[in-house]
Amino acid sequence: MINPGHGRGPDSGSNSDPFPAGLRVLVVDDDPTCLMILERMLRTCLYRVTKCNRAEIALSLLRKNKNGFDIVISDVHMPDMDGFKLLEHVGLEMDLPVIMMSADDSKSVVLKGVTHGAVDYLIKPVRIEALKNIWQHVVRKKRNEWNVSEHSGGSLEDTGGDRDRQQQREDADNNSSSVNEGNWRSSRKRKEEEVDDQGDDKEDTSSLKKPRVVWSVELHQQFVAAVNQLGVDKAVPKKILEMMNVPGLTRENVASHLQKYRIYLRRLGGVSQHQGNMNHSFMTGQDPSYGPLSSLNGFDLQALAVAGQLPAQSLAQLQAAGLGRPSLTKPGMSVSPLVDQRSIFNFENPKIRFGDGHGQTINNVNKQMNLLHGVPTGMEPKQFAGSHMRVQQQIAGVRPGQNVQSSGMMLPVTDQLPRGGPSMLPSLGQQPMLSSSVSRRSDLTGAVAVRTSIPETNNRMSPATHSVFNNFSADLPQNSFPLASAPGISIPVSASYQEEVSSSDAKGGSSAATMATAGFGNPSYDIFNDFPQQQQHNNNINNRLNDWDLRNIGLVFSHQDAAAASAAFSTSDAYSSPSTQRKRRETDATVVADQGQNQQPPSRNLNHLNNVYMDGGSVRVKSERVAETMTCPPATTLFHEQYNQEDLMSALLKQV
Amino acid sequence: MQRQVALIKQSLFDQGYLDEQFMELEELQDDANPNFVEEVSTLYFKDSARLINNIDQALERGSFDFNRLDSYMHQFKGSSTSIGANKVKAECTKFREYCRAGNAEGCLRTFQQLKKEHSTLRKKLEHYFQLARQAGPKETARRPK
Repeated sequence: MINPGHGRGPDSGSNSDPFPAGLRVLVVDDDPTCLMILERMLRTCLYRVTKCNRAEIALSLLRKNKNGFDIVISDVHMPDMDGFKLLEHVGLEMDLPVIMMSADDSKSVVLKGVTHGAVDYLIKPVRIEALKNIWQHVVRKKRNEWNVSEHSGGSLEDTGGDRDRQQQREDADNNSSSVNEGNWRSSRKRKEEEVDDQGDDKEDTSSLKKPRVVWSVELHQQFVAAVNQLGVDKAVPKKILEMMNVPGLTRENVASHLQKYRIYLRRLGGVSQHQGNMNHSFMTGQDPSYGPLSSLNGFDLQALAVAGQLPAQSLAQLQAAGLGRPSLTKPGMSVSPLVDQRSIFNFENPKIRFGDGHGQTINNVNKQMNLLHGVPTGMEPKQFAGSHMRVQQQIAGVRPGQNVQSSGMMLPVTDQLPRGGPSMLPSLGQQPMLSSSVSRRSDLTGAVAVRTSIPETNNRMSPATHSVFNNFSADLPQNSFPLASAPGISIPVSASYQEEVSSSDAKGGSSAATMATAGFGNPSYDIFNDFPQQQQHNNNINNRLNDWDLRNIGLVFSHQDAAAASAAFSTSDAYSSPSTQRKRRETDATVVADQGQNQQPPSRNLNHLNNVYMDGGSVRVKSERVAETMTCPPATTLFHEQYNQEDLMSALLKQV
Repeated sequence: MQRQVALIKQSLFDQGYLDEQFMELEELQDDANPNFVEEVSTLYFKDSARLINNIDQALERGSFDFNRLDSYMHQFKGSSTSIGANKVKAECTKFREYCRAGNAEGCLRTFQQLKKEHSTLRKKLEHYFQLARQAGPKETARRPK
């Protein structure tokens, strides 16, 4: 692993950092001539070179000295182990960039290299010019990791050291001229990941060796087949296990393997040059500056597993992601307010788990809205930018026959409302519309898919709250939601607040699913308003959920609405929150350690919220992103009225 | 003397025995590695002799395992391109095409040609290196022309 100084070198330009000199390169080629030439070339580039003529030896070198190399260059055709196999192993076990090379320049082979996760593919004869630039792959990887870590890790607890680290990262970013570029890169990466997730699994035939369970090629293929059948996004260990039907295999084995597999896929995604088309809805109306948001998802994405739990009915897929970023990074920055902001998605699901709502009064809504008042609207853009907190809210409202897209905003851009609607939080409580809209439940339909991932262990979880948007037809002029403007806070028009509580059994009882179920509570409950408590709950929950398999907890709830117009969303009851399970993370960390991946990004929570609004049969898709810093108390818990207290409480209690 | 070396090298390029990759190698040569190109070439001829031997044996068996031949030839091609052995590389490419087409006759014929090119290059390079050594290390690191 290179040190930060190295990683920063290329960006900071003219400092005395010798980078990329000293880059530790492992070059693997069975052809002694090539190996000799490559070694010479690499040394000319001032890299530290280790050469190796057998892939097996290379792998053992890598395993023995996990942090001994920065990058691997491997030939494709080798007698003992195919270069792609080596690539897969490195991809699964070490988080190192791998460059493939071969005299074979056929498109299929190059493509194979790329889809297997190679960061580059060099055609022999390799030129020194190409080697001079290989450090960029190392830097890119580091940067991506930084991005991940930057956005995460802002737990209440980690102050001291972590803060320092974040500060450093900030500095690094400030020094670099390519911050945005980097972010973009990673956002692209994220997109690609999803695409690749869907497409590449078939090719994976790698076998992983684990201490206990040996994932033979056959076993892995069964695994891959099961995952493919379930869909990468929806595959959960339990189901995979069922499908594989292998005696002796435990859910934990599968979970662990799935986790690695997802990491692997993710890595593949990051590599490929193809841009995906994923998440169009997120990007709609966004300008490039939103890019960073996506980058926050480093984890990304793989839409995890929640799948089994959601009814397959709906067409619209909504995703909600809350981003948890370290608010601590900027001194003097008033982070907490930001944190408080949570967007809430409100769905009216008449049915469902929480469904029998006792009708709660609108008063509650107003009350809750008041919570938002505390949020300062005057945050400086700079601060936000610095902290990388960007909250974007994008709302597209489609009316029957009318397509209105309203504000996609970044936090920094406070007060800019596309529609000039009454923005700002304070006004929220006062909005008549809200209440009225609330009352009109029938109009509301929302589906939210929440993805959250929290890679690292130390984090606290912040309950993510999702704002609910109620779409009410007539009430809203132009369908634009004025509220959105808030300082980066996405404040839903809707009055209802929904709080999410992570619970393992969230829906449908698909246990394995890494879901955090949302608890919907009534505002009257202090629990939600009280962050510490919540945290406690979450922690408890986390502890209980050891079995979550994904390192990144991304929860995707997709609700598809067959009829688009109808109340399809009703099915979506639980919206999970990004709360992370600490326990799980620990487990993950362990696993990772085994794998030699020491570079896990600190945790962060991301939620992307896409809302689909249905208006009179038309479907509206909104995407909303909310960045949540963990440091802030989730004061804004929103509870939908529909969800009665008992449900909420039971959900919580169950977890505890 | 140095001029003679340059001329020989130039002729190797002009006649297509070598390509620009060879120049790349020469540029890697420095005071610390004054004989790098020669060392690499020596290694190449040694290793390629082994490959040729393997292919010979495979061909002598009569039953053509094209996959295997192709695999050998791939490696041959890889190392040949790496030192800029242009003509040998061309034969390798041709050989592989015949492999894919399942043309045993073509393979045999091409292989003979390949061996010929290989040995020609070897002689020419040996001669060149010999002269270059006599002329002095610096000259060898200079681009032709």
